[in-house]
Amino acid sequence: MSEFIQVCSTNDLVKNSGVAALINGTQVALFYINDEVYALNNYDPIGKANVMSRGMIGDLKGELMVAAPLQKQHYSLKTGVCMDVEGVSIPSYEAKIENNQVFVKL
Amino acid sequence: MSKQKIVVIGNGMVGHNFIEKLVASEGYDNFEVHTFCEEPRVAYDRVYLSSYFSGKTAEDLTLVKPKFYEKNGVNIYINDKAVDIDRSAKTVTSEAGITISYDKLVMATGSYPFVPPIEGNNRDGCLVYRTIEDLDAMKEVAARGKVGVVVGGGLLGLEAAKALVDLGLDTHVVEFAPRLMPVQLDDGGAALLKRKIENLGVTVHTSKATTMITDGQHCMNKMVFADGEELETDMVLFSAGIRPRDDLGAKVGLELGPRGGILIDNQCRTNDPNVFAIGECALHDGMIYGLVAPGYAMAQAVVNQLNAEPGSFEGADMSTKLKLMGIDVASIGDPHGNDENALSYVYENGPEEIYKKIVVTPDGKKLLGAVLVGDAEDFGNLLQIMLNDMDLPDHPDMLILPNRDGGGSELFGPDALPETAQLCSCYDVSKGDIVNAIEGGCCTMADIKATTEAGTGCGGCVQLVTNVLNSELEKRGVEVNTDICEHFGHTRQELYHICQVEEIKDFDTLLSKHGKGCGCEVCKQAVGSIFASLWNSYALEEDKIALQDTNDNYLGNMQKDGTYSVIPRVPGGEITPQKLIVLGEVATKYKLYTKVNGGQRIVLFGAQMNDLPAIWKTLIEAGFESGQAYAKSLRTVKSCVGSTWCRFGLDDSVTMAIALENRYKGLRSPHKLKMGVSGCTRECAEAQAKDIGLISTENGWNLFVCGNGGMKPRHADLFATDLTTEQVFKYVDRLLMFYIKTADRMQRTATWMDNLEGGLAYLQDVVINDSLGMGEALEAQMEALHNTYKCDWKTAIENPEFTKRFRSFVNVDTPAEQLFVQERGQIRPATEAEKLAGIAVEIKQIA
Repeated sequence: MSEFIQVCSTNDLVKNSGVAALINGTQVALFYINDEVYALNNYDPIGKANVMSRGMIGDLKGELMVAAPLQKQHYSLKTGVCMDVEGVSIPSYEAKIENNQVFVKL
Repeated sequence: MSKQKIVVIGNGMVGHNFIEKLVASEGYDNFEVHTFCEEPRVAYDRVYLSSYFSGKTAEDLTLVKPKFYEKNGVNIYINDKAVDIDRSAKTVTSEAGITISYDKLVMATGSYPFVPPIEGNNRDGCLVYRTIEDLDAMKEVAARGKVGVVVGGGLLGLEAAKALVDLGLDTHVVEFAPRLMPVQLDDGGAALLKRKIENLGVTVHTSKATTMITDGQHCMNKMVFADGEELETDMVLFSAGIRPRDDLGAKVGLELGPRGGILIDNQCRTNDPNVFAIGECALHDGMIYGLVAPGYAMAQAVVNQLNAEPGSFEGADMSTKLKLMGIDVASIGDPHGNDENALSYVYENGPEEIYKKIVVTPDGKKLLGAVLVGDAEDFGNLLQIMLNDMDLPDHPDMLILPNRDGGGSELFGPDALPETAQLCSCYDVSKGDIVNAIEGGCCTMADIKATTEAGTGCGGCVQLVTNVLNSELEKRGVEVNTDICEHFGHTRQELYHICQVEEIKDFDTLLSKHGKGCGCEVCKQAVGSIFASLWNSYALEEDKIALQDTNDNYLGNMQKDGTYSVIPRVPGGEITPQKLIVLGEVATKYKLYTKVNGGQRIVLFGAQMNDLPAIWKTLIEAGFESGQAYAKSLRTVKSCVGSTWCRFGLDDSVTMAIALENRYKGLRSPHKLKMGVSGCTRECAEAQAKDIGLISTENGWNLFVCGNGGMKPRHADLFATDLTTEQVFKYVDRLLMFYIKTADRMQRTATWMDNLEGGLAYLQDVVINDSLGMGEALEAQMEALHNTYKCDWKTAIENPEFTKRFRSFVNVDTPAEQLFVQERGQIRPATEAEKLAGIAVEIKQIA
């Protein structure tokens, strides 16, 4: 059973945007929107590069999403499921903020 | 079987059009074609003659595609006039003495301008407006004088008046009738047109009969009128109507009408069954058609008959829509209500200077005619209603009343038109042709133009074709929605204006006042670009970061492997040896792939995000600036070496390119921009393939605009000629600022211009003639942006808050792993196969 790992402080996040973190050798993209933090793997399965943290975020039909920076596919911030290409998804991780500290469970 | 010999006399618009149509017809192999052209050049566009004074050359006006006659085996005798016809021997003889026999003869001798029999009408400075040679004569007189008078206030006269304005003359129009355009307009429409033209600085004299032209005191000539008044002028330009060129026909016994014109029947045959007449030399059913479209229709009728296909000319509609000096004027059918029982409706809007009138049958069921001045948007709709004999609504006035509540009548929407309705008369494109093009995959007006040619002639049908396009797309389930995305019910242009008017400078404010949801990559980027265009806002400010796509966000182009390119600005492509050395040193130190890119700049590829600030710190210390190669903004100004080094260079293209690049660097626009400057017409900088291109000539700079086109390559259009450096910047300032204000998101200049109603001519009007009166404001806005320019990278490295952004990871200092392989002595990204095979080298330790 994995545990929440303390990653960084909320000051390291960028409002309405993403940053990358290296957690136990795994690249994780952290997105900060509406005072919540969302964590996805940083690897873009279609563009095949570690770039997801550099995608733009927002919502589509009410669902929070990140647009992959290379080819612009949309992925749900909550589930990592690709909204444009069936069968594609990015691993998503539980994440939370407590006392201005960011925690992620791999 | 031997070929049938066809001889065409006259190589004007109609004569050439006939040959084009014959060549394109399936039976062309059965014909041998000869044509006489008395002018020193092949057919050119007389409809747009006045553009000769606003930048077009004789070559630009040509209607003949390169080598058209050679390729198709047509024998053309240029600069040789047909002077005799032997109808019994069936031969034509020319001035140069060539005699050609024919099976069928086509008279396309056109018309000549009517010069009223006034004393002094042949004095120095008295000219007509018909050929390129006439235009050169006008230029010559204009160079010697200050005042010009056009005699004749008809269509052609007003077009000629524009030419005089373009030539810089104090311009007058003298019309015999009590109103302008007496054939096409009624009193109300003509009165408004007069007012509008006078606002443009042209003096209009109506009900004036000229009795004599004599010596002037201040000018070369003086016109004396029947009412005793006098007007001093240097140039007198006669544009008082046309007369058919029927002299050769008359000489050889072709039957003429009582007031001239070679008589033809519905098959365009003269009284000699082997001789046809088409265009303005022909008299059909009592009419000489002074428009080009009926001439083209006659040409088609003759081509059909030669190919033994049914075809006849039954007369043509004289409706016309045009832009006279930027003013919309349209006339449909019978605008005078010649049927005395006809009823009319008039809408006149004084403040907005709009006049509209429709004439209907006494029972109010059918449309007989219309006049539109100041706003001719309804032209297409009204014309189709009349041509297709459609029933009018119960209250016909609703057709011209402004649609203020947005409700609108669908009765006469594009769906009501039959498939056969001809939407574009210049290229004979029907609604059915448009529908077929859409079936074939056309989705935008630019596609439609490229596929069908509709809208590429006079531009009068663009509005209607757009309506048909939108309606058809909607029927096919394509939602025609100009909203930028689901978060804003606005176009980019509207958002631009909202931000400007309300002085909105951050996304949250804009979203809360005018949008919904959180935004997305589409609207955020567009708004980020708008803020940058309006306020020169900086991409890495806390509240702007979220609006930038990764390129703007990290001030570099993200490559396929997630690394970035580093491209310093090298204005005009001119670089010192010392700077080259620094680039080499930086590339070596950070193990970067180095190349000269398509825009003549040196690029360093493969930079890790976390190395970018250090790389740029070194470059900036060496005197470089950001090249904005990551942004939708000016990329590069390509140049040759110009007069400084080149044997052929006429002007200093390098200095010009550097000046352009420094003026517009950092300017954020709807799409990326490229420019080019060539020092002579050899065009080594390929300036005609750029958004903005300059070519030096002996008389100054020729300015080309809206080329490039991206996925659909497009040549730039000649915009203006013989410009001074000062004029170049004035025009480019205005054009780019107008583009930034009005283009759609991610719309290149080429598509933007194609989608402007009126296209190039409209743009010239806005920029050169300042028809919207916003020229100075546009220049001032550009000046403000120029004055607040800062190098993106200098700003970034001077502020730790901004450089923080470039860390690979927020929680550890380890740089990200990046896999490359060596090729030709440099790195490149490893392919997936190479990564799996383990032959990629990891490069992360930088010395």
